[in-house]
Amino acid sequence: MKIRLIDIAHARSGDKGDTGNVGVIALRKEHYPLLVKYLTVDRVKKHFEGIALGGVERYELPNLWALNFLLHEVLGGGGTRSLKNDAQGKTLSSAMLRMELEIDETITLKG
Amino acid sequence: MKQSIRIASGQGFWGDLLTAPYDQVTKGPVDYMMMDYLAEVTMSIMQKQRRKDPSLGYARDLVPLMKRILPIITEKNIRVITNGGGVNPLACRDAIFEVAKQLGIKGLKIGVVLGDDILSSLDALADQGIPLDNMETGEKLAGVRDQMMSANIYFGAWPVVEALEKGAQVVITGRTTDTGLTLAPMIHEFGWKPDDWDLIAAGTVAGHILECGGQASGGNFSGDWRAVPDLAHIGFPIAEAKPSGEIVITKHEGTGGLVSVQTVKEQLLYEIGDPSNYITPDCIADFTSIQLAEDGPDRVRVYGVKGRPATEFYKVSMSYLDGYTAIGTLTYAWPDALDKAKAADAILRTRLKDIGLSFDEIRTEFVGHNSCHGPLVGEPGDLNEVVLRIGVRGNEYADVQRFGMELAPLILTGPPAVTGFAGGRPKPSEVIAYWPALMPKSAVKPEVVVESL
Repeated sequence: MKIRLIDIAHARSGDKGDTGNVGVIALRKEHYPLLVKYLTVDRVKKHFEGIALGGVERYELPNLWALNFLLHEVLGGGGTRSLKNDAQGKTLSSAMLRMELEIDETITLKG
Repeated sequence: MKQSIRIASGQGFWGDLLTAPYDQVTKGPVDYMMMDYLAEVTMSIMQKQRRKDPSLGYARDLVPLMKRILPIITEKNIRVITNGGGVNPLACRDAIFEVAKQLGIKGLKIGVVLGDDILSSLDALADQGIPLDNMETGEKLAGVRDQMMSANIYFGAWPVVEALEKGAQVVITGRTTDTGLTLAPMIHEFGWKPDDWDLIAAGTVAGHILECGGQASGGNFSGDWRAVPDLAHIGFPIAEAKPSGEIVITKHEGTGGLVSVQTVKEQLLYEIGDPSNYITPDCIADFTSIQLAEDGPDRVRVYGVKGRPATEFYKVSMSYLDGYTAIGTLTYAWPDALDKAKAADAILRTRLKDIGLSFDEIRTEFVGHNSCHGPLVGEPGDLNEVVLRIGVRGNEYADVQRFGMELAPLILTGPPAVTGFAGGRPKPSEVIAYWPALMPKSAVKPEVVVESL
């Protein structure tokens, strides 16, 4: 089935230099394995094509049902150098949550 | 030894909600309040202010704020710890002493942490074999040495602990880590040792949760944000700490906002890199060890935190002047708002080229369409209005200034239904670039001065 990431996760993003970090957290514990399985570095890299110009790194935090992504060269130089409206990467979190995922599993979404 | 202390978060950045510190010391019991004022580029702004006026260079908001809360914190014996001293913590202290004098408060003890500002000793350090090259890019300091505007070592909790031990009721620091401000009172009260790595890491994690103020208690919450009650009266987070290193994150009763496992998780993930290696001057905290549990309404228990020995290095935060930017906006209205904004952008770029201005970057965004999510947004319908936002960056002040003069003419010489130029010509602002470096801890010693009024 096709799901939107926003239906199974919440997120927060921030900046360090020209790198943005996006923490993606499963809304329910049983959805964390879906994040691990489907929210791969390659998929995230493709999603942020033309936005994150450098590499993408992924870290797992099973204790928080969360993944942490580092998106390099994503802030137009970062800090005060950036000409971006979102120079601090505050909205990278919601940009991540726009992603759609095709999953093998069938899951029940609330509402 | 106290079996529990309550540490309140009062400010999460320079410019944060001004009523929050007052609320924290009046709406319920707290023993300490920490206030974080410093971001990566804040120190350079403060250096600039101090160059203009040697009595400035700290978070000036602190003075009226302290005037408001000094009578309360002295009566209730609440101790305040802040890095708002910026690049001039002594001047900050003197301004607060002055306010205390006006209020007739006697015997106030203020501690100051000094020694983090190494801007004047960069050459001496280089002679000692400490190059301070860019730790991320490997570039040599020599290339930007003359443009360096600030250089500050990130100190940790221990100098603050020393000030508390000497009886300071208010501790003012320069570039002390955000986390150290929260960790210090735990070390002081519970007698934790430098190599109690799990405990030091637990206090550090609590510090990370508190350091952005309301962002841990329902602000900027991306989950069910509509369900966060009364953000108008948001209660900033409070850490209840025990000698065992167990922490409960909560907020004052009757305040707005929300402390839940989800809001705490979001803050834990804010601005982190490798979660197993959260490096501070005090320890390396392992964020993959953190356990969270609901502990009643607006209470989250944080436990199980593991830590490892601190590294031999201090991080140094430096900044240098790296050209100028200017950013201007114009608003285009329906119909065809986006097409008009795009046409205006093309006209402006042609004119900039015709005049022969040179920039390192020209960036155009269409606010209301793509300024946040860029190419992810797809094709919009006929938008009601679009803000054309165009910025330039370059080394020539005159060129950046000249760009600012080209925006307003578009109103009468470009596409129609355009407005939003009330702010006047965009002015060039200095680009303060960030230069992170490392230096051996053995090369420097923080200095702690505690004096009473």
